[in-house]
Amino acid sequence: MKYLCLVYLDENRLDELPDAECVAYDEAVRRSGHCLASEALQSVHSASTLRVRSGKLVITDGPFAETKEQLAGFYLIEARDLNEAIQVAAKIPPARVGSIEIRPIRPIREDVAAAAGQRER
Amino acid sequence: MNNLPFRESRRPAVGEAATAVGATLEAIYRAESRRVLATLIRLLGDFDLAEEALHEAFRAALEQWPRDGLPANPRAWLVSAGRFKAIDGIRRGARFASIEDMAEQIEAIPDETADEAADNAGEGIEDDRLRLIFTCCHPALGPDAQVALTLREVCGLSTEEIAHAFLTPAPTLAQRIVRAKAKIRDAGIPYQVPGAEELAERLDSVLRVIYLVFNEGYSASLGAELTRHDLSAEAIRLGRLLLELLPAPEPEAAGLLALMLLHESRRSARASPGGELILLEDQDRALWQRELIREGAALVEAALRTRRFGPYTLQAAIAAVLAEAPSPGATDWKEIVGLYDLLLRVEPSPVIELNRAVAVAMEDGPTVGLALVEALLARGDLADYRFAHATRADLCRRLGRKDEARAAYRRALELTQQAPERRFIERRLAELDRP
Repeated sequence: MKYLCLVYLDENRLDELPDAECVAYDEAVRRSGHCLASEALQSVHSASTLRVRSGKLVITDGPFAETKEQLAGFYLIEARDLNEAIQVAAKIPPARVGSIEIRPIRPIREDVAAAAGQRER
Repeated sequence: MNNLPFRESRRPAVGEAATAVGATLEAIYRAESRRVLATLIRLLGDFDLAEEALHEAFRAALEQWPRDGLPANPRAWLVSAGRFKAIDGIRRGARFASIEDMAEQIEAIPDETADEAADNAGEGIEDDRLRLIFTCCHPALGPDAQVALTLREVCGLSTEEIAHAFLTPAPTLAQRIVRAKAKIRDAGIPYQVPGAEELAERLDSVLRVIYLVFNEGYSASLGAELTRHDLSAEAIRLGRLLLELLPAPEPEAAGLLALMLLHESRRSARASPGGELILLEDQDRALWQRELIREGAALVEAALRTRRFGPYTLQAAIAAVLAEAPSPGATDWKEIVGLYDLLLRVEPSPVIELNRAVAVAMEDGPTVGLALVEALLARGDLADYRFAHATRADLCRRLGRKDEARAAYRRALELTQQAPERRFIERRLAELDRP
């Protein structure tokens, strides 16, 4: 079986969790063979939500906020910028009946590596 | 223009020549600062860095131009000075983890002057301004943020001016702009003019921002808010700029400019010197600005001929028919009803149905119009829309149905905040009570 583990938290409490600890667990769980993909997200301020209705693309600022709809799947995509991400996401079929929230990935591993590099110097 | 960098700094006391350069510099700031900023944002890839660089460039100009004379191409000079100042700032700053990161950041800044940019692409600088407009009006930013960012970055209004114009506390507005810039950076909103495939959708968002700015200024012009920055003039300037910059003619951009010009043409006729509302039919048509009407009507005709027009062009066409009539009685209401029918087909909305009903009442009489308005109100969509009740009241008044007119005016009054509109309805109510 494959399982998707979703991480929810109050962003204001993010400081209580050192990035280094998260990256260390990520490395361990990948080594164990359990983890297939994992990423940290940028703050919710950078979220956009899109819908396609009657063939028309509607983009709004902010995260998905409809309580009547449920999480049904995910796509981790590579795109040049938000415009390309929107083009790709708009073609995901459920965009026509539901919503697609687009959140940029936070480069947490690079950030932790850079911080470690600076300490060594 | 309280954001001029050289206003605050002390001018060098080098006599009259320096003062003359100072005056020239102010003129150049007004004419070029937005162009220079647009190019610096592309070169530096960051709004805040670009704004800092722009101010540094003008500060450098203030020091050097009185001494060395005016450069041959001031705009190119400013772009290249801004670019150097930014690189200098990065070198001095301790914001980078390593020398390599810093070098990488500097390497990433393209080495081109404004002249080269213009020569390279044949469009360069003007393209940067269009990029700036599309980035500020990106639909992934909130509507309020799009308006604030456009007025700040494209029009060069200060945060205080925008806050004052929208009756918003300045810190709230400043916060909105900071957040929008953070989203542009963190979400990866690119600094580019959308490709042909996306252009129509993205243009909608730009046109909506411009029309919002216009309406904010237009409705404010009715009240006693004379100190508010002239947002309508700013919106018309933006509309002209957009039309001039778009690579291919876009009928709806022309339609929006026409619509704004045609509304603007009636500005001084729609209120008495005492600030009282004057309805279209009672306006002194000699006060309408013919020059604006001519320009607006010509834009509408050209847009209609393309057959790719949309709601802005159709609304402008209606405004043009109204504006070109020599008197209310000589207005071609049949034509207006036909245009509303077209508009309803591209953009179904109860408010447009209401406006159509008003035109029908003018063409076929108040009884026919009233039946349409009452059917609309019965549907419930416009139950809290003050103009629906005011229209019903007016038609009942014309038909001599005084009690119904009174009740409808009272309902409209409950829904109206604006002082001139309230006084207008109160006058109508008083007239009804007169024998």
